[in-house]
Amino acid sequence: MSEKKPALWLRIYTFLAYLFIYVPILVLIIFSFNSQKLNIHWEGFTLAWYKVLFQDQEILLATRNTLMIAAIATLVSTVIGTMAALAMQRYHFPLYSTSETLMYIPIVIPEVVMGISLLVFFVLIKFTLGLVTITLSHIAFDIPFVALVVRARLHGYDNAIDEAAMDLGANELTTFWRVTLPTIMPGVLSGAMLALTLSLDDYVITYFTAGPGSTTLPLRVYSMVRFVVTPEINALSALWVAIVFVILAIGQIAQSRRA
Amino acid sequence: MTTALTPESPVKKFSLGRALRENRVAQGLFLIAPANIYLFLLIVLPLLLVAGLSFLSRGEYGQVVFKFNPGNYARLFDAIYGKIMIFSLGVGVGTTVLCLLLGYPVAYYLARASARTRSLLLFLILLPFWTNFIIRIYAWMMILRDGGFLDSILMGLHITSAPLGLLYTPTAVMIGMVYEFLPFMVLPLYTSLEKVENSLLEAAADLGAPPWRAFLRVTLPLSVPGMIAGTILTFIPAMGMFVVSNLLGGAKTILIGNVIQNQFLTARDWPFGAAASMILMLLTMVFTLYYTRKAGFGEELLI
Amino acid sequence: MKLYRLITVVALLVMVLSACGTSQSGSKVMNLYGWSDYIPQKLLDNFTAKYGIKVNYDTYSSNEEMLAKLQAGASGYDVVIPSDYTVAIMVKQGMLDPLDMTKIPNFSNLDKRFINRDYDPGNKYTIPYQWGTTALVYDKTKVPFEPKSYSDLWDPRFKNRLVMLDDEREVIGMALQVLGYDRNTTDTAQLQQAEQKLIALKPNILKFDSDTPETSIISGEAWAGLVYNGNASLAFQSDPNVVYICPTEGCGIWFDNLAIPKGAPHKDAALEFLNFILDPAQSMLISEEFPYSNPNAAAITYMETADPTFYASYMAFPGTNPSDAFLANAKPIVDVGNATSLYDSLWTDFKAH
Repeated sequence: MSEKKPALWLRIYTFLAYLFIYVPILVLIIFSFNSQKLNIHWEGFTLAWYKVLFQDQEILLATRNTLMIAAIATLVSTVIGTMAALAMQRYHFPLYSTSETLMYIPIVIPEVVMGISLLVFFVLIKFTLGLVTITLSHIAFDIPFVALVVRARLHGYDNAIDEAAMDLGANELTTFWRVTLPTIMPGVLSGAMLALTLSLDDYVITYFTAGPGSTTLPLRVYSMVRFVVTPEINALSALWVAIVFVILAIGQIAQSRRA
Repeated sequence: MTTALTPESPVKKFSLGRALRENRVAQGLFLIAPANIYLFLLIVLPLLLVAGLSFLSRGEYGQVVFKFNPGNYARLFDAIYGKIMIFSLGVGVGTTVLCLLLGYPVAYYLARASARTRSLLLFLILLPFWTNFIIRIYAWMMILRDGGFLDSILMGLHITSAPLGLLYTPTAVMIGMVYEFLPFMVLPLYTSLEKVENSLLEAAADLGAPPWRAFLRVTLPLSVPGMIAGTILTFIPAMGMFVVSNLLGGAKTILIGNVIQNQFLTARDWPFGAAASMILMLLTMVFTLYYTRKAGFGEELLI
Repeated sequence: MKLYRLITVVALLVMVLSACGTSQSGSKVMNLYGWSDYIPQKLLDNFTAKYGIKVNYDTYSSNEEMLAKLQAGASGYDVVIPSDYTVAIMVKQGMLDPLDMTKIPNFSNLDKRFINRDYDPGNKYTIPYQWGTTALVYDKTKVPFEPKSYSDLWDPRFKNRLVMLDDEREVIGMALQVLGYDRNTTDTAQLQQAEQKLIALKPNILKFDSDTPETSIISGEAWAGLVYNGNASLAFQSDPNVVYICPTEGCGIWFDNLAIPKGAPHKDAALEFLNFILDPAQSMLISEEFPYSNPNAAAITYMETADPTFYASYMAFPGTNPSDAFLANAKPIVDVGNATSLYDSLWTDFKAH
């Protein structure tokens, strides 16, 4: 897009928007240091909850599971979803409408219905509940989100570039890999990040498709809500944010070094 | 494309690779197949179960009894459910419109930022949503509560003299909803806006159009696919979302999501819950398909 | 852009692999399914130390969720923690395994008042874990008068100052008790009256909250409400001005129980666990950590000498130790069969007003 700097009002607005998005995160982080267990009022500064966090085997296990499931679900659903988006935006094929409807179902279905019906389904086909069933379910609701975002990107895609590439001798696969994909990459990545976000925080569907011993972070946290959500969870979220921040910072430095 | 027949090579056999390469329909089917098969197995089959469930009856202890009962659908015609549905629709529409208005400028900025800043900002907009949902909403409660963060700042700066009383009101719920759904609107919008070629805008400027005109006539229309995707990804989940209303609204209102959840958990009337879900899905599906077709998704295939 | 992808993938891999060190394999295992933070970690550790059985602790956030999941066919759990009315439902649907009492000699430690109750006569399927009440809580420094009954809550001075459990049975039950009816009635006319009574209360209700209503009392945004004893105890621990009473119309009583679902894969381990939990020293750990009432009489006696300061505070607060007068008018929630749908419709209608 344009090289000239965006208008001042736009810069200020965006800054405010990001502020809006981050204020609760800041509050969340501050309260991870709160010595009051019930975390209602600020009582005093303490690092105790971080210590509790590192000793909490259950939470660490849940975090590991959540990350694994999210990583795999994102990967698989991005691939399948992108393929589906390409199909829907560029090709005619029989059962087009049915396919389109199918893609929208996971978006329109209430979570509790999807959760219970998947559970019943897995029980009927005698598939043991566990991390695998959770991952399979996540992929199912991630695919349409990826597909929709990539479709938005593909809309109005100028096929001339692809044709030019093929005229120059590239076959379909090479054209796709070297021309199409890079062009739609922002869409694919956005879709992937959306899928990741959905997967990391899913509760209802994960709850119903989880088996004994396969716990995830949302499952543990939502259950804590019944009694008290101690600052330990704030500590976990704060750490998470901190880690990603550090990675981003490293990335930025690495990129500017390259330039 | 010519292929020389050498004395050794046999008559060309059918090859899947070639079929895929040459036949557009085959290519389309190949690409859509994984999604279709996957979703058919994991969504359609379970859905058929739900559809069947909607015609059964509730047993005395909340178990499912195999007795045909079309009454579940009849029950949905009660005035109360219409009222709840309309209210939920209002929440959905309100959230979507606000997200669109508030999110568009952000997406625009993102699309115009340099490539490096762009990816950084994208990550930054999603990062908060990798924390736990409950904690985020709890943080909002701390901010909006009487005497909480917001009040402390406003009263400290002498802008207000009494607590705003925001928590447990519809305003608080809308703040929470917009907060949660903003990325779902910004991301698709961004992918669409990012495509708008600089050359088009320069051409518009060359033809004498002021920037606002160029925006209205060039950028905005080209971002429509993003708006559609964003609207679907925001409106539909927002209509079904009830946790924000439960926490930030004090659970004082009942949305269609609450009703369905209740049927499967508290009321233990799964058949009725299934029926309500089927109707909800039907309505939103009709809306989605009509809306996307009208706005031109997949339109170029008609060319 | 590519670099970011790479970094993210690498970071995720690193996190995943580094955590992979924790091994899950163990030949002796017990799958526990309950609320989060409802069984002290120390107790579980003691159990593992004594029997060499590892406990997998999976969580749910409501009885109804657990019931829905098991009803849909999920299995693999050895011990679940259903409340009284849920036990009745599960028993009627044949979802629980009868207990082999010969393996639970510590059963005799339980207070006789809390065994052989209506929801599980003879304790064929359950042993009580913790119990409590549902009643009226208020902050005496905030409230302009001293409430003695639920009907006091309708006072206009409580406008926007009440916190209520988000539970249709508890709240409708309260309205029924105010009207002088049975809190488990299935009479349509009575229930409709209760709904109208509740609609009149709505302006006073600040919020509904079954999870942490005590935060509203502690933060001062609510002055009074209908809560569980656990919530009241937590509020009291933060603020000694909190008062918990059983109103004149009566209040509620609840029991959480340990039970073994049908088809539990490690039944022996489960039975050992049930017996272990009833040991007085172990049971005391539960009370020390969570603010509920302990049905284990031997544990309370043990507490008196083992931890006298805690014992004193436990006995002093009606949230943990309700008097006989308090309990005289306490009624449990009983499943109402098909009338459940009626309660739900009325609740939906009430909330939609």
